[in-house]
Amino acid sequence: MLSAPLVVLLQPRGLAWAGATAAGLVSFAIAVALAMAVLGGETQTYAMGGWPAPYGIALAVDDFSALVLLLVTGAGAAALLAARPSVDKQIEEERQPLFYAAWLLGLAGLAGIVVSADAFNIFVFMEISSLASYILIAGGPDRRALPAVFKYLIMGTIGATFYLIGVGLVYMMTGTLNLADMQARIGDVVDLNPILVAAGFITIGLALKAAVFPLHVWLPNAYTHAPHMVTVFLAACATKVALYVLIRFDSMVFQDKLSDHVIQFAMFAMPLAVLGILVASAVAMFEGNLKRLLGTSSVAQIGYILLGASFVSQAGITAGAMHMFNHALAKGGLFLAVACLAYHYRDLRLSQLGGAAARMPWTCAALVLCGLSLIGVPGTAGFISKWLLITAALDAGPWGWTLVIVILVSSLMAVVYVWRIVETLYFQAPATEETGIVEAPLQLLLMTWLVALLNIAFGLAPAIPLTLAEGSAAALLGGMP
Amino acid sequence: MIYVFALFLLTLLVITAVAIVRTTNLFVAVMLTSIFSLLMAANFFILDAADVALTEAAVGAGVTTVIFLSALALAGDVEQPRLGSRLLPLGTVGVLAVLIIYATFDKPRLGDPDAPVHQHVAPWYLEKTPEYMDIPNVVTAVLSSFRGYDTLGEVFVVFAACIGVLFILGVRPPGPAAELPAEPSGLRHHLIPQVVGRLLVPFIVLFGLYVQFHGEYGPGGGFQAGAIIATGVILYALLEGEAEALRAVPRSVLLGLVVGGALLFGAVGVVCMLMGGAFLDYSVLAADPVFGQQMGIIVIEAGVGMAVCGALLSIFHAFAAREGRP
Repeated sequence: MLSAPLVVLLQPRGLAWAGATAAGLVSFAIAVALAMAVLGGETQTYAMGGWPAPYGIALAVDDFSALVLLLVTGAGAAALLAARPSVDKQIEEERQPLFYAAWLLGLAGLAGIVVSADAFNIFVFMEISSLASYILIAGGPDRRALPAVFKYLIMGTIGATFYLIGVGLVYMMTGTLNLADMQARIGDVVDLNPILVAAGFITIGLALKAAVFPLHVWLPNAYTHAPHMVTVFLAACATKVALYVLIRFDSMVFQDKLSDHVIQFAMFAMPLAVLGILVASAVAMFEGNLKRLLGTSSVAQIGYILLGASFVSQAGITAGAMHMFNHALAKGGLFLAVACLAYHYRDLRLSQLGGAAARMPWTCAALVLCGLSLIGVPGTAGFISKWLLITAALDAGPWGWTLVIVILVSSLMAVVYVWRIVETLYFQAPATEETGIVEAPLQLLLMTWLVALLNIAFGLAPAIPLTLAEGSAAALLGGMP
Repeated sequence: MIYVFALFLLTLLVITAVAIVRTTNLFVAVMLTSIFSLLMAANFFILDAADVALTEAAVGAGVTTVIFLSALALAGDVEQPRLGSRLLPLGTVGVLAVLIIYATFDKPRLGDPDAPVHQHVAPWYLEKTPEYMDIPNVVTAVLSSFRGYDTLGEVFVVFAACIGVLFILGVRPPGPAAELPAEPSGLRHHLIPQVVGRLLVPFIVLFGLYVQFHGEYGPGGGFQAGAIIATGVILYALLEGEAEALRAVPRSVLLGLVVGGALLFGAVGVVCMLMGGAFLDYSVLAADPVFGQQMGIIVIEAGVGMAVCGALLSIFHAFAAREGRP
């Protein structure tokens, strides 16, 4: 059952939209089936080639991977379903098969990272997904994407190389690449220096990939100039997968074996998270381009997830995992709405979008709904994870109050930048006198609304992701003293 | 003695690296990277990693250099003077170097039989390979069976790279109207390269095939063979002009090679599943599991070779085709 995402991965050639979408849906269905199985209580594993775990490559899906897998395949399938009109407009007919092939490769790469239980295998799939996302970002008609993607390529390659150096060092000291086996054997290692350095390299490399605050410089430009549907897909899941690997690697392999590592990790991650949240929110408040505004806000949201993880407590990791899921919903919906807008508006600066609500009422309403979820208004999905985050911060110790203040302040900042969008769309006079701007195509609009409504649905009934998130926190902390 | 030689090579390596960073002429830089790769290959060989050395020599020193050069033909070979301070990058690199050296202080000595690497998984591979597959080259066994899933991943990396280059450079997929320039280009009028090259091409391709099918017994396998064959065809393209090479191996064939290679590998996995084994479990392919393993390895190595060769050539042609246009 588990190798089915890979079978999907094998037909990436030639099939245009229909094939790609079918593949996306199939992999989503598989992810749902897997999640159900995991909810039933058991970790699903699969040994590639029939070789037992430390010798061959094993795949494993537990609660955490099921959650992220749902997110990745869901985002991939939803974006593909909606993609047709937008992609038709942005990419020439004869290049579309290649484009969809790259998309499928990206999807397969991300899914492959999530299900893998092998450190080197994760690297291989990281390469696939990164190469595919470079292609996708550079694919649009916007020539400014090329410098952006070059920067992303260099940063991404450095990140992957750091990860590889780290894995190499760990292999040198333990002689194994399987994550669970590593966890078992790392305790016997006498000389801890290489492991320490490896931890540093792996953390920084993955932080680069995940666009954690000071290492995020590649992200806003790449998101801004990518084709719109690509932004939907990547914003919803690409950086989260890197964060997933970071959290998993750190808690499984390093945390319970290196003395003081928990404190080191917290000391490293927490200030970065806080700075990321505050600085990126502040930048987003003054950003003029709609897509870049949302991209910058993603950096802040990654900060929230990292903040949750940096508590290294049951409540904290639950909150982080929940926020991963909810932010993907909110940001995916926002970028889908942006794609609707972009269907008619060429220029996505806020100054050009005045009065769009009168022309595209449904699109703008969906955008507002997702915006509310991004802020964390009660009743939406965003509220659940922010509430969990605040609870976790209060549990964390006497200085928890400061973090609560940080979260509240940044939520207010989110109110400011979302309000700027709303103000432009609803209350400003149109900047241009273009006529003929009507609602976006139905296909695009339906998906946007579906995602927007999911934001509400998971806000009112968060049981499924919450169970998975709690399970993942428990599993990740399982080895802890 | 071997230590002296390794030391000498490593020193040369450092000198080359510094020279690459310092030169402002990109042509020189490309040539130096080629030398760098050759030195690396020699180093790998000293460390008894013949398979890796072969790959590095074929890909790093051979194909990459040609691709770099065709990119240079498009972009010009003078580096723009750099603005801003070099202190920050220098500092970062310095800190990283110190960190890595620090990490190696506790590293087990090279070739130490008690090192963790030699205690855990590796002995199992050495012990079990004859039993399960009965082939002498353990590297091939690990690569294509024990960790075959990784290799499948790598093939898809190559595939993704190929798609990326084709997509971004905007080369049309093969159609009926692929017009070829009439007059032959290349080094046709230079007698010595022409004669020597002509002599070499068949041998290179033959060597590639040898490496492909000998992978079970000696160093070699699909990756290396694909790269070597690609080198042969590129040499032909350089001698006879790109159009001539395209006529010999048309673009549609190349694309077919890439896709077919990747699909072949994957299909083997699926067939294994259908026959009741796990994904990529070759044992079920034949009545005798050992023979099944051997068969599976040969087929997937062929897939790897096809994919690598096709991808490298497609990338080369994508750059070369760009050259003709403004």
